[in-house]
Amino acid sequence: MTDRLLDIDNVEVEYPARGFRGTPFKALKGVTLDILPGETVGLVGESGSGKTTLGRAVLGLAPVTGGAIRYKGRDISHLSRAERRTLSSDIQVVFQDPYTSLNPALTIEAILTEPLTVRKVSRADASRRVRELLDQVHLPADAGDRLPREFSGGQRQRIAIARALALDPQLIVCDEPVSALDLSTQARVLALFKEIQERTGVAYLFVSHDLAVVRHLSHRVAVMYRGEIVEWGDGDQVTARPEHPYTQRLLLAAPVPDPVAQEQRRAERRRLLENQREQDAQAGAIA
Amino acid sequence: MTTTLSSDSVPTVATLERAAHASLFRRLLRNPTGIGSLGFLVVVVLAGAFAPLLAPHDPNKASANDILAKPGGTYLLGADGSGHDILSRLLFAIRPTIEGAALAVAVAAAIGITAGLVSGYYGKWFAGAASWVASLLMALPGIVVLLAARAVIGPSLFGTMFVFGILLSPAFYRVVHAAVAAVRQELYVDAARVAGLSDARIISRHILTVVRAPAIILAAGVAGIAIAIQAGLDFLGLGDVSRPSWGGMLTDAFTNIYTAPLQLWWPSLAIGLTCMALALLANSLRDELERSEKPKRRRRRRPAAPAAPAPAGSAAVQHEPVVPGDQPAAEPGDELLQTRALAVGYDQPDGSVTMVVHDVSLTVRRGEVHGLIGESGSGKTQTAFAIMRLLPAGGRIVAGNINVEGDDLATLSEKAMTRLRGAKIAYIPQEPMSNLDPAFTIGSQLTEPMRIVLGLSKAQAKQRALELLERVGIPDPQRTYDAYPHQVSGGMAQRVLIAGAVSCKPDLLIADEPTTALDVTVQAEVLDLLRDLQAEFGMGLLLVTHNFGVVADLCDRVSVMSAGRIVETGPVRSLFADPRHPYTKSLFAAILEDAEPRGPLVTTEAGR
Repeated sequence: MTDRLLDIDNVEVEYPARGFRGTPFKALKGVTLDILPGETVGLVGESGSGKTTLGRAVLGLAPVTGGAIRYKGRDISHLSRAERRTLSSDIQVVFQDPYTSLNPALTIEAILTEPLTVRKVSRADASRRVRELLDQVHLPADAGDRLPREFSGGQRQRIAIARALALDPQLIVCDEPVSALDLSTQARVLALFKEIQERTGVAYLFVSHDLAVVRHLSHRVAVMYRGEIVEWGDGDQVTARPEHPYTQRLLLAAPVPDPVAQEQRRAERRRLLENQREQDAQAGAIA
Repeated sequence: MTTTLSSDSVPTVATLERAAHASLFRRLLRNPTGIGSLGFLVVVVLAGAFAPLLAPHDPNKASANDILAKPGGTYLLGADGSGHDILSRLLFAIRPTIEGAALAVAVAAAIGITAGLVSGYYGKWFAGAASWVASLLMALPGIVVLLAARAVIGPSLFGTMFVFGILLSPAFYRVVHAAVAAVRQELYVDAARVAGLSDARIISRHILTVVRAPAIILAAGVAGIAIAIQAGLDFLGLGDVSRPSWGGMLTDAFTNIYTAPLQLWWPSLAIGLTCMALALLANSLRDELERSEKPKRRRRRRPAAPAAPAPAGSAAVQHEPVVPGDQPAAEPGDELLQTRALAVGYDQPDGSVTMVVHDVSLTVRRGEVHGLIGESGSGKTQTAFAIMRLLPAGGRIVAGNINVEGDDLATLSEKAMTRLRGAKIAYIPQEPMSNLDPAFTIGSQLTEPMRIVLGLSKAQAKQRALELLERVGIPDPQRTYDAYPHQVSGGMAQRVLIAGAVSCKPDLLIADEPTTALDVTVQAEVLDLLRDLQAEFGMGLLLVTHNFGVVADLCDRVSVMSAGRIVETGPVRSLFADPRHPYTKSLFAAILEDAEPRGPLVTTEAGR
């Protein structure tokens, strides 16, 4: 397809060695992925799998040492800070932790006008835009005068989403945006993500460790393991009928909130682990 | 159309900073040391500024008749060895002293803060070079450098203070570098970068605000040092002798110490009190910035039973075991842990008590896994900590009792409680890493409780620890036994803590979100392990969690908590099949597992 929004092509990220004789750490080992306009691509993996690094590479916050990241056909993996700034109206971010992603010393209004100041928007327009944004994320209009500490985790995440939306981006990188939230808050924030996408046509790169969350929101899903994508395709297929052994293990490891179904899943998981161990042993014997 | 609203309704960053500043200043005025030292310094500065008006005499007019004149009469504090009026000289010396100190502070702050900002924000080679230079400057003997500088630039007060400012700059550099490097990691700085802000804007908006407070504190301290050093140089006669100075007056008084000992007091007091005021000001600034109000300590007392003593359990919806396969209902006499109308509160500074747990009645039977589920702030962890009597400072059991085999833990002495923990009740925490002491090997942390609680010898304890490590699925027990906590992964650390928790064969195990910090595949293994151990040791397990999947996997019975109360309790299968309380129903509705997948993108909708 030629109308891809983002094209991640064999990307490698290597962090320089710590200390004098350390070995450099390769967080991404050739990752290929693409995102269409208006699409949600889910990125699942465990801690250390490189999923967050991929999100940061797209944002220009991680050093890309190989491959290319193309946004609308233009390579954005090695932009200067000044060139990167012009991209800010296209690619935005919502981080995991709603407590540290908002500066505690600034009011909500100051936080939301931050991206607008770059565009030299007049104060009156900025103030109007802030009220629009608060309305979009279903927060009261007077929230602008208050400080982040006066809001709960879910409300703060709404503020972070409003900040990401301020410049009408085409793509938002969402780095575990609901994993710090309670179950019911999580459901409401996910509904908000969906609603905004349906209204504005923004695309999401949605990074999460939770298969259920990703399945709920993603059109296509990629599974990462040790810096590589092991499975990539239609969301329903990857999250319900995975083909790769790692994804199978991941799926069966997550407990289902139903005692009867969970007992079955536990048995299935035990069988799967048994089978995979046997296969590994056979493979070892042949080799 | 909304232009009229704009100008006054939008608080700018500057006004916010002023507000933060003003509140610190206001708090300082309420602090007795702060207001005292600040008041003294203001008086000194004003006296220095208006010295020409206040001074009764010309400070440089020497009168041969009045050499070493006694205090009183024309000379309020007396006259010095050359017949100068001491009071006038004291007053006239203030201005150069303060100007010199201000220069030193300004130079130190300008160099130190700039270098600290740059090295903290950009890091890399500049940080290395700057910290090397800072270490070098700190290693130089200050007074020797000042003497050498004086030899080169002559007896100029400002020249010397300029050099001294350079010598003091590492103090600012260190403080600012540390503050900036910490805030540089904050996600909101990343968010600002993604928002397209330039570095200069990010530094002025997000970083300077963090640096301001510590820099002000440091400046007060540094000013005191500068005044003392300046007086020292003047005392040695290395200053500018043509102008009155506190140090110079001290020299003069020192030469006449036998004839007019009183004269030594005046310059000493001026130097001492000013430096002390600056140091105290710095201290009270820091106190005000770091203030965390401590609640008044109150003796734990047992108030009369709660105002409306609800019959136990009436608040919570109870389930009869309706689904086959569920654990049978209560068998009396089988209770291991039973809390009745337990209430937990926190003392507030104003004397009131904030309640976090109300009227919780909970029963864990022998060999049962009881889930305590709720969202953050529901009081589930507070309940668990109250049972172990490990509530954080300020928290206490306000009402109710906790029965474990005839003992009421709510009233037990601290000594008896200590004996109970580990032996009868053990605990598995949420964050495995922060619950292991990084300074000791895993082995020593595992064996110590066994030697105390079970009275095992060193060799026996080691033997048992190795067995336990193997039992919890650690591949190479001996290596883990010898390792330090940072050398093992989070999943391994949690296994170690589980091994430690079961090491003294407790009857009751309390696990507070034991798998929340772990990856799902590791979580599944840890849950399997907990299930096996629970069956093997026949322990009662109170499992605090927010995850319905974990409850479904492991628990026999479950209690749902909301806003400090248990709203529903019952056997797991019945409760999951038929939640009765509206809150439980709303939680189940939020579960995504059964939700429809999103499906592939319909391309006609793509684009705008």
